[in-house]
Amino acid sequence: MESATTAGPATTAARDVVLNVEGLRIVLDPSGHDIDDDVSLVIRRGEVLGLVGESASGKTTVATSLLDYQRRGAKIAGGRVEIDGQDVLAMSPAALRGIRGGAISYVPQDSSASLNPALRIGTQLMEILECHGFGASTAEREARLAQMMAEVLLPSDKQFLRRYPHQLSGGQQQRVAIAMAFANRPKVIVLDEPTTALDVTTQAHVLDTVRDLTKSYGVAALYVTHDLAVVSNLADRIAVMYAGRVIESGTRDELFAAGHHPYTRKLLASIPDITGERALRGIPGWAPRPGKRPSGCAFTPRCDWAVDHCREEFPPVEELSPGHRVRCWRSKEVGAQAADLDVHLRDKSLSARETEEKQVISVRDVTAFYQRKEALHGITASLCERRCLALVGESGSGKTTLARCIAGLHPHKIVGDIDFFGKALARDARQRPRATRQAIQYIFQSPYSSLNPRKTIGQILSQPLKVFFQLSHDEMEGRMLKALEQVALDSSLLSRYPDQLSGGERQRVAIARGLAAEPTMLICDEVTSWLDVSVQAAVIELLAALQRDMGLSMLFVTHNLALVRSIAQEVAVMNEGRIVEYGLVDAVLDDPQADYTKKLLSDTPTV
Amino acid sequence: MNDEIIVNDSELVEPPVVHADRRPSEWLMTIREAWHMRRTKIGVAIFAFIVALAVVGPWIAPYSPTQFVAPPYASPAPPKMWLGSDYIGHDVLTRVFYGGRTVILLSLAATLIGLGLGVSLGLITGYARRWIDESIMRILDVVLAFPQIVLALLFVSILGPRLWLIVLMVGISHAPRIARVARAATLEVAQRDFVRAAEAFGVPRWKILFNEIMPSITSPLLVEFGLRLTYSIGLIAALSFLGFGMQPPAADWGLMINENRLGIIIQPWPVVVPVLLIGVLTIGTNLIADGLGRALIGIERDTGVG
Repeated sequence: MESATTAGPATTAARDVVLNVEGLRIVLDPSGHDIDDDVSLVIRRGEVLGLVGESASGKTTVATSLLDYQRRGAKIAGGRVEIDGQDVLAMSPAALRGIRGGAISYVPQDSSASLNPALRIGTQLMEILECHGFGASTAEREARLAQMMAEVLLPSDKQFLRRYPHQLSGGQQQRVAIAMAFANRPKVIVLDEPTTALDVTTQAHVLDTVRDLTKSYGVAALYVTHDLAVVSNLADRIAVMYAGRVIESGTRDELFAAGHHPYTRKLLASIPDITGERALRGIPGWAPRPGKRPSGCAFTPRCDWAVDHCREEFPPVEELSPGHRVRCWRSKEVGAQAADLDVHLRDKSLSARETEEKQVISVRDVTAFYQRKEALHGITASLCERRCLALVGESGSGKTTLARCIAGLHPHKIVGDIDFFGKALARDARQRPRATRQAIQYIFQSPYSSLNPRKTIGQILSQPLKVFFQLSHDEMEGRMLKALEQVALDSSLLSRYPDQLSGGERQRVAIARGLAAEPTMLICDEVTSWLDVSVQAAVIELLAALQRDMGLSMLFVTHNLALVRSIAQEVAVMNEGRIVEYGLVDAVLDDPQADYTKKLLSDTPTV
Repeated sequence: MNDEIIVNDSELVEPPVVHADRRPSEWLMTIREAWHMRRTKIGVAIFAFIVALAVVGPWIAPYSPTQFVAPPYASPAPPKMWLGSDYIGHDVLTRVFYGGRTVILLSLAATLIGLGLGVSLGLITGYARRWIDESIMRILDVVLAFPQIVLALLFVSILGPRLWLIVLMVGISHAPRIARVARAATLEVAQRDFVRAAEAFGVPRWKILFNEIMPSITSPLLVEFGLRLTYSIGLIAALSFLGFGMQPPAADWGLMINENRLGIIIQPWPVVVPVLLIGVLTIGTNLIADGLGRALIGIERDTGVG
């Protein structure tokens, strides 16, 4: 691949360049802190560029500024954005309206919020064709509409087009948004994490659609995501952003096999490995926000390779081979070790079943209702002491319902037996004895909702201590500090409020709150789904270590099959309220029996 | 070991935003934000002026409120009688100085009663849901069906004009309106996961209501308090005017309007001054409530917590 690019010098390559971004600099408006600086990207016809970075890396700001759009408080302070040689940033408002949705289009992260809920989807799709004057007649536009729907694999009959957005599933909504983006045959399309909110099977469909359409129309696509695994099968080239700068860019193979920046290497190590050979490694800390970025190379505080020089000066762009650029003072040394850096083998010692273990939770023939609708149908499963059972399924599979039934948080009717150490559990947590409430701790999906925003971390951690133990003030303080230490957080956090913490820290606090109760069993409900991949890896590492060291039993609910090997010993795959496959993790993932498991496995993006 | 060093280093990356032990709670932030607005400053100035008048008035009043100083409806004669005399010859300025206390105190008391009652009902219905919610809210709908003044008049005319009864009835007539606001705010907060977490620990219900949910709904309640205070002032003054409040010879703005209305053509001041003061007072409280409301919207927009 490298030799091909070297052979054809700039002349042929330049003709193909559709989107050219040069030295783009975007700052926060009143303060002047840079969100993005010196961002240069090139995308050619029919090429997909993956723009990868953690939260607060400035990737979405770059994406929207390609359409000369900035969110409130941001301002473009320099640079050029050219589409086919035309400078977008210099255009008049009228000219901009003309190219937005025409020559360049945008697919937002949450299509359910971007489609107008009061208009039928057919009307909305026609609207985008009409306002860009596509075709000569209504008949021509209707033909294009039918073609668009076919391209995104949606029916184009009258009945479907007369539906409102809320009558569509999340995946269908996202495909309508993609159809809209491709409607006017754009030259450039910007996709901003369009699959983050979707199930893996739906995500696989959407990614296929994007890949096919960009190739067949020769569109230049920018695909923004925090998940390297998602772009690994989609993007031709990848640019990794950190703290508002592109720190490495190159072809997919160059980055994955021979990444020369420590951050690229670490991002790769944080991707869950579905084959189960590689252990998950998180990146400690988090990406610094605009205005809080250190001088020199911004990655220095999280970098194992950092030397004094890194703190002093930001490294210049270095071209390793044509198209493969990196910004790191020590790229040569990092690159030299690319093959063996950060590869840690997974500990498989727990993967075998020991027969004489006590059952912590045993669920027999449980049927649960949501309002009047049956959500779980005759579930039977069990969890042994000191082991972790993963409940895997897509949204609506009933995995969270089952977890909440066990936790005593399911407010509707439940039929069947749920035993805890052989004794029947009351349906409602309030009716359970204190010792049981203490023994079973539940960690919620979103740390943004599970911590009271009006309380300090100290007050939040003291809640279980007050309920379950009679402690003096000093003992309480000691227990809180111990809980924070267990989740690797600093004691200074006690006086802070949740909104002063990053998402990963918040989830650690939520875990610490559960640990403070000194439980025997943890129920983790999609605890990493709100987190960046790099932070997710760190949280999984933490949970696995806690489970091993403290001898906890754990129920781990997730939609991500790739995570399962990194944490669980047993897995139950759920679909539509039933367990379709149940067994030891390695056995299930190596040789899946159920069709549904096979499909889930093949749809899960891997590196 | 290496990891730990890096974790500590990340502190350098993200220094704490506020490192105080206590951060101003949301309602304090709302007040602070509201204070930046001119409308709030004007409202507070008006309110403070009239409260000061009512508090200091009795000390600087030239006469006793029940002292006959001149013939009825005597015209103003500065410097002895700035505003003339009323229908039986009391000094109007003196009675204006004395007459504010009752209106302000009674309306504050009535609003607090309404707030206490309304917030309790709102929290309970918003959190309990199901039949408790349904039955209490339907009862409140019945109370809501009566205009506030009619509800108060109904009981006052049966049980007689007693001050505590007026305060209580005005308070009760506020309760359903405040309860609706509190319930709506509670519904939103109660579905968040930190409430589920407290339930899973087995935290008693009343503690969840007051420690978990209540702190998140104080700001809308603050706005509601300002608004209801405005209504209380109007209602209490109206009841006094109708003769159900303070009884003669006590000095009271509402009562003064009633007593002197027949002489409005020859001696307008004993009517005009109390009317103006009551009107301006409600404008003041309303401006404060408005400022708080606008500040609240601003804070919810900026922090994303509300």
